[in-house]
Amino acid sequence: MKKRIDLSRFGVFIAWIVLIIIFSVGNPAFLKRSNIFTILRQTSIVGVCSVGMTFVILTGGMDLSVGSIIGVGCVAGALMMSNGIPIPIAIIIVLIIGLVAGAFNGFFINELGIAPIIMTLGTMTTLRGIAYLLCNGFAVYGIPESYKIIGQGYVGLIPVPVIIMLICFMIGWFILNKTSFGREIYGIGGNVEAARLSGVNVKFVIYKVYMFAGLLNALAGLILMARVNSGQPSSGEGYEMDVITGCVLGGVSISGGEGNILGVLIGVLMMGTLANGMVLLDISEFWQKFVKGIVLILAVSLDKIVQRSKQRAAEK
Amino acid sequence: MYKEILKLKHITKKYPGVTALDDVSLSFREGEIHAIAGENGAGKSTFIKTITGAIYPTSGEIYFEDRLLKTNSPEISMQQGIAAIYQEFNLFPSLSVAENIFYGRYPKKNGTIDYNEMLKRTSRIMEELGIDIAADTLVKNLSVGYQQLVEIAKSVSKETKLLIMDEPSAPLTENEVKHLFRIIKNLKKKRVTIIYISHRLEEIFQICDRVSIFRDGKYIKTLNVKETNVDELIRIMVNRNLGEQYPPKNYSKGEKVLEIRNLNTSLLKDINIEAYRGEILGLAGLVGAGRTETVRALFGAEKVDSGDFYLWGKRLKIKSPQDAIKYGIGLIPEDRKKQGLLLKLPVRYNISFANFQGIKGKLGLDLRKDYEISQKYIASLAIKTPSSEQAAGQLSGGNQQKVVLAKWLFKNSDILIFDEPTRGIDVGAKQEIYKLMVDLVERGKVLIMISSDMSELIGMSDRIIIMHEGKITGNLKKEDFTQEKILSFASGVIEMGEETLE
Repeated sequence: MKKRIDLSRFGVFIAWIVLIIIFSVGNPAFLKRSNIFTILRQTSIVGVCSVGMTFVILTGGMDLSVGSIIGVGCVAGALMMSNGIPIPIAIIIVLIIGLVAGAFNGFFINELGIAPIIMTLGTMTTLRGIAYLLCNGFAVYGIPESYKIIGQGYVGLIPVPVIIMLICFMIGWFILNKTSFGREIYGIGGNVEAARLSGVNVKFVIYKVYMFAGLLNALAGLILMARVNSGQPSSGEGYEMDVITGCVLGGVSISGGEGNILGVLIGVLMMGTLANGMVLLDISEFWQKFVKGIVLILAVSLDKIVQRSKQRAAEK
Repeated sequence: MYKEILKLKHITKKYPGVTALDDVSLSFREGEIHAIAGENGAGKSTFIKTITGAIYPTSGEIYFEDRLLKTNSPEISMQQGIAAIYQEFNLFPSLSVAENIFYGRYPKKNGTIDYNEMLKRTSRIMEELGIDIAADTLVKNLSVGYQQLVEIAKSVSKETKLLIMDEPSAPLTENEVKHLFRIIKNLKKKRVTIIYISHRLEEIFQICDRVSIFRDGKYIKTLNVKETNVDELIRIMVNRNLGEQYPPKNYSKGEKVLEIRNLNTSLLKDINIEAYRGEILGLAGLVGAGRTETVRALFGAEKVDSGDFYLWGKRLKIKSPQDAIKYGIGLIPEDRKKQGLLLKLPVRYNISFANFQGIKGKLGLDLRKDYEISQKYIASLAIKTPSSEQAAGQLSGGNQQKVVLAKWLFKNSDILIFDEPTRGIDVGAKQEIYKLMVDLVERGKVLIMISSDMSELIGMSDRIIIMHEGKITGNLKKEDFTQEKILSFASGVIEMGEETLE
């Protein structure tokens, strides 16, 4: 029994390798260093968000407001910077906006018991509206040149956004594996009642989790803004889809309490590879959407199958 | 000559690496109440599931009413007249009692459901069984005990020839069990065959005709209940002499440690309880008497209207379980799967879950220390698990209970509240839990135990407080323990005067 489960986890990694082989045969340019860095850079934004999403899903929650927080972060950051507010201050304010948005989600989920998927569906639309309202629907330009480094710069050979992403993953790994906060997250996802009766302040943990996710989403917004060198009100739209798919592909169980962050890294890299490879193979955008959806369904199915075989093993 | 309704021949069920049933041949007579006894893991559940068709045996044949069941599934067995009531209920919480009973076969009139007819028929069934529930009550508003009775009514309402009951009395109180037995005897009169599984061995002697014993997946033998006794039964089940069921204990009442004063909640009225070092305080009462609510209030998990808690004479401020835990109170809850354990997480995580401070390292948690701590408790409580990384949900009931206990021991809690400590745990493991409890008391911990198992309550407690409908009705010293006294306090027939209370 156990072996089969491990194999299916391993399966994501194998699928990723297979994907790489297919794409590199289909287009030799795929394996070029510049393209690999492109994949990594493209993945970085989704990757940063997926760390927060992993936390949220591990508690048994869901966050659909990812893309909209990115959008608000982008526009707000661009507005401030183009109006001469110093970069560090603008960055801090954007990050605070992310924290506040997360706290807002957490408040309704905690205090009123609204289902996370519905609550964040609400904030997803609301925040997108705010992004458009902030700039009247027009993209904001005039970001200082020096800011571009966050999205387009390199440290040695490695793009700055990739470094940011990896740092986020390291922090995520540390919190989940080496802190009581991490244990509490797993505990809440596994069994809220037992966690509460073991002395976990469930509400507080949920607040922290959504705020952490909000913070990372805002950070992703800052990176995206630097990459496109402007504040687009539509930026980040639909990112939640890639982020969630990446998490589930990486083995995070939608029912909470199970999954690890390294799997998620593989999951988002696979999503990035898929998107990039399909472009290189000249697959139409319509088909790209189709394939991404199928991948999500497959990933969730895999999760279910694993859950079921585990259950069967437990029943015996 | 008896008519044999169900015959099983050479049933074997193999799972990878485990033989759950090993060449079992056994038959059941029409109209008998036939108990299946055995420790957890003896193969009882697998055996039952084979009969109902929930699992398919690796080899062997099943004859029902002399017909070979070539294929079997829960649906087929149900059509044949085999019904089963499991430990977990199969009820729809948001439907009414009547809708649950007639689910899938609603009486119809002009193509739509005839609700009046359904309610009428339900009331009739309830009346026949002597169950006092309105047919239109929503199941979610019923206590666990009543839900069990609905489950029974549901299977009785069908043309059932063979009824399998898997631990039907586990969630029930003494009174409800009596009720259940009346119903079972009624069914027997109607020539229904009943297969009865229970960890409470004395029940077998109260209602069963024969008992078949399983051990390690093997069928050992069938005995006439009249010709055997509990000791023999236990001996065959565990194949070793268990000696005294309750470990000996030196009762030495120490200082007063904990006090609950004038506790009131929406259910509880003026509860006053004192707990002393060196004693096990038993809390008796029927389901709904407020025992669990009392300890949950103390633990900060229940809303309190008024009342105070004192520890060593100092008033406590308990607003949440966190506060209670800080003061050294640990709760081993009634439903360990829902409230006690993180089933999917490793045993190691479960043990340190209430005491992260205890495994703190220089930077974050010290995982090595975490591992060592879990090894220590696995050894000292003799928790049977392949490793500390095993998911807690994979352990047997007794070992799960030990994991919950280990959590509080690692937290170094001084006051341990056991709510139904041995529910659904097999005989051998029960004794281990009892030994641990006695050991803890002798080491100076304060133990409060809620139990619906009368013999456990009397065997383990040094003092028993009895509750009835949210009030304390009695307070008995060890020398005054009798089943009758406890029951009459619990059912509210008599009540101790205030002056005799303490």
